[in-house]
Amino acid sequence: MNERFISFEAVRKSYDGANYVVRGLDLDVAEGEFLTLLGPSGSGKTTTLMMLAGFEEPTHGSISLGGARIDSVPAYDRNIGMVFQNYALFPHMTVGENVAFPLKMRGVSKSQISERVSSALDMVRMAGFESRRPSQLSGGQQQRIALARALVFEPRLVLMDEPLGALDKQLREHMQIEIKHLHERLGINVVYVTHDQSEALTMSDRVGVFSDGVLQQIATPHELYEKPANIFVAGFVGENNVVPGEVVDIDAGLCRVRTPDGSVISAVAGEHVRKPARVVVVVRPERIVLAREGDEAANRFAGKLEEVIYHGDHVRLRLNLLGSEGLQVKLAASAITAPFSLGATIHVGWRPQDCRALIQS
Amino acid sequence: MKYAVTFAEKHGGEEQSTLARQMARTKRRAKLQALALIAPLMLFLVVVLVLPIGTLLARGFDNGDAAALLPRTAEALSAWNGQDAPHEELFAALAGDLKEAAREDVAVLAKQLNYHDAGMRSMFLKLARKVRTAEAPYAPSFIEVNEDWSSPRYWRALQQVMPSVTDFYILSALDLMRDENGDIASVPPSTAVNLEVLARTFTVSASVTVMCLLLGYPLAALIARSRGTAANVLIVLVLLPFWTSLLVRTSAWVVLLQSRGVVNNVLAWLGMIDPEAPLDLIYNRVGVVIAMTHILLPFMILPIYSVMKGIPPVYMRAAASLGARPLSSFFRVYLPMTMPGVSAGCLLVFILALGYYITPALVGGPRDQMISYFIAYYANQVTNWGMAAALSIILLVAVLVLYVIYNRLVGIQRLRIG
Ligand SMILES: Nc1ncnc2c1ncn2[C@@H]1O[C@H](COP(=O)(O)OP(=O)(O)OP(=O)(O)O)[C@@H](O)[C@H]1O
Ligand SMILES: [Mg+2]
Repeated sequence: MNERFISFEAVRKSYDGANYVVRGLDLDVAEGEFLTLLGPSGSGKTTTLMMLAGFEEPTHGSISLGGARIDSVPAYDRNIGMVFQNYALFPHMTVGENVAFPLKMRGVSKSQISERVSSALDMVRMAGFESRRPSQLSGGQQQRIALARALVFEPRLVLMDEPLGALDKQLREHMQIEIKHLHERLGINVVYVTHDQSEALTMSDRVGVFSDGVLQQIATPHELYEKPANIFVAGFVGENNVVPGEVVDIDAGLCRVRTPDGSVISAVAGEHVRKPARVVVVVRPERIVLAREGDEAANRFAGKLEEVIYHGDHVRLRLNLLGSEGLQVKLAASAITAPFSLGATIHVGWRPQDCRALIQS
Repeated sequence: MKYAVTFAEKHGGEEQSTLARQMARTKRRAKLQALALIAPLMLFLVVVLVLPIGTLLARGFDNGDAAALLPRTAEALSAWNGQDAPHEELFAALAGDLKEAAREDVAVLAKQLNYHDAGMRSMFLKLARKVRTAEAPYAPSFIEVNEDWSSPRYWRALQQVMPSVTDFYILSALDLMRDENGDIASVPPSTAVNLEVLARTFTVSASVTVMCLLLGYPLAALIARSRGTAANVLIVLVLLPFWTSLLVRTSAWVVLLQSRGVVNNVLAWLGMIDPEAPLDLIYNRVGVVIAMTHILLPFMILPIYSVMKGIPPVYMRAAASLGARPLSSFFRVYLPMTMPGVSAGCLLVFILALGYYITPALVGGPRDQMISYFIAYYANQVTNWGMAAALSIILLVAVLVLYVIYNRLVGIQRLRIG
């Protein structure tokens, strides 16, 4: 297997000659991998994808695909399938003609075309829709046709730019699973762009988080969630409580951080954390548990209960704790034995390995 | 319990019918209000548009009231079979009528007779003068004026003008006429001009449409692709001609295209033509097509541009990502998607060109005049309202037919594009 099937080397891109929207991107994608580019709006995800597809040229750096540089290969010769956010099905063609289009462009024989079109439509479970117009299909159906059209010519790589953005939540979740299954079945490469983090986590082999044109972290979904590399990733992927403080002690990957109100938190030391340094401690709301008075856990604090919100399967508490106003705690409904009263003092705690100290930038 | 239900039902029903009545009343009032609001406009339209056009078109079938002017002749002619030699009864009837008819009415009639038999006008006026002093039997005085009065020839012309409604003008406009038996036949080739004018009108309009499309399509694409200031400047340049008088623009072409004009001078200076033999660019078909193309170009560009503006660039990217080279993605994706604009532009330009008058009149030669020129000629120069109206009818019908075809086409296109 080729570990560097797609490779971006020091790629930078500027549209106006003044500001870089992608700055120094180094990225390798292994063959068969499902990579998702995740990031807020305007962070450069689409631009990265467009450079790979051949619709934009890198201002600096080079991109190679399957070991060969593709900088000078025009988009129509790259043999990369692409699914666009609004599907971009040709409105003047039927579904069948749309799916046949890439085959026609490649000079495939008529009988072959009809065979491959119907098997592609079978694959996305849209057989029998050949003669419909795109406008006569629902959003999810159009999405599948777009998928069939991007896959029918058996490209090595399929790019998808927020392909599910226009669908409602239920359909989106359904299509996520279908795309995931197609990827597993066909063994092709997928580079997928989204700004929906749960989509990124559920579908991908690896996720690259973009912010401001910089790749902040690229990792498996698990690693991304458990070991965010910096404050941006910690805040962008999932929920995190953020408590600022100063490192007072560091030893064997664990450090002790003193918060402004004088408490001390034990946390896993993130990259570049030294003594002394200003850091923030991030801890996920669901990792915080209720503690009984007198428990001797490493991180155990008492705070005033500000708010309780009932969510059915879980309950959210907002505590005034460690000098921060809104520390969020997420408790499974089954863990609650007695009713809460607002203003009461609550004891909570978490394990040191469930929180990380990250350098404050 | 049961009682209660019925009561409620009854009550509900009553309420419902009151509601329905109220709604109907409100609707009626709204409708009346709407009618009252548009009434002035409707009246205006009827007075300035429908009535004048209607009356003009009616003129194409109006045959005057010769039967009222010559009542005895009308009766005698209806008894005549159109083949036999005319007998004294006809002569006496016409002479009697002419003695009583006012001079002005006879003059009008003479002019109308002239349409049916060229040269009949002065002869008929002479006859009318002579007959006033003649006595029975009348035949000799008639034959003295023109011996053809003894043949059916002039009587047939008289027969033609008797009915108050005629298809004579419409037939003439199509180079057709009624022969001796009343059947429709072609006019002799020497007098057949209208079909040629019609064909010329269509040819010129079609060439102008094609030229406008060839020039306008790339320009529209350029404007649709440009952004910001560049796009605005281009749009203004396209619209600029609208703010200049048509006459000025046409005259400008005269300056540019004449034999010692700018174009010929530049070509000669470049050594591409012999200065002694300048190109004939004006007072011929070339000049007409060039000037009309320039004037009608905006009507091609604007509809195409507005359709192109609505096509997101993502379709072209999609085509490229699927392996289409630039040429195939243009012909298979872009062009079909711009077809509604293309057909609208072509229709608009073609219809406008069909009725063009000033430009061909100024920059065309005598053999480049289109149907409008002849309508104006019949209406203004020879005051033959019948022919002017008949040609107008033909122009109107041509436009309507085109419109129907377009509706069909665009209907189909809408379906395709959905
Ligand atoms: N064609 C262009 N010309 C100029 N600037 C552009 C162009 N396309 C994108 N940009 C700019 O580049 C930056 C990155 O845009 P990009 O489309 O890559 O963001 P994105 O991560 O895909 O965002 P989103 O989630 O909103 O789609 C933005 O600031 C955008 O304004
Ligand atoms: Mg984007």
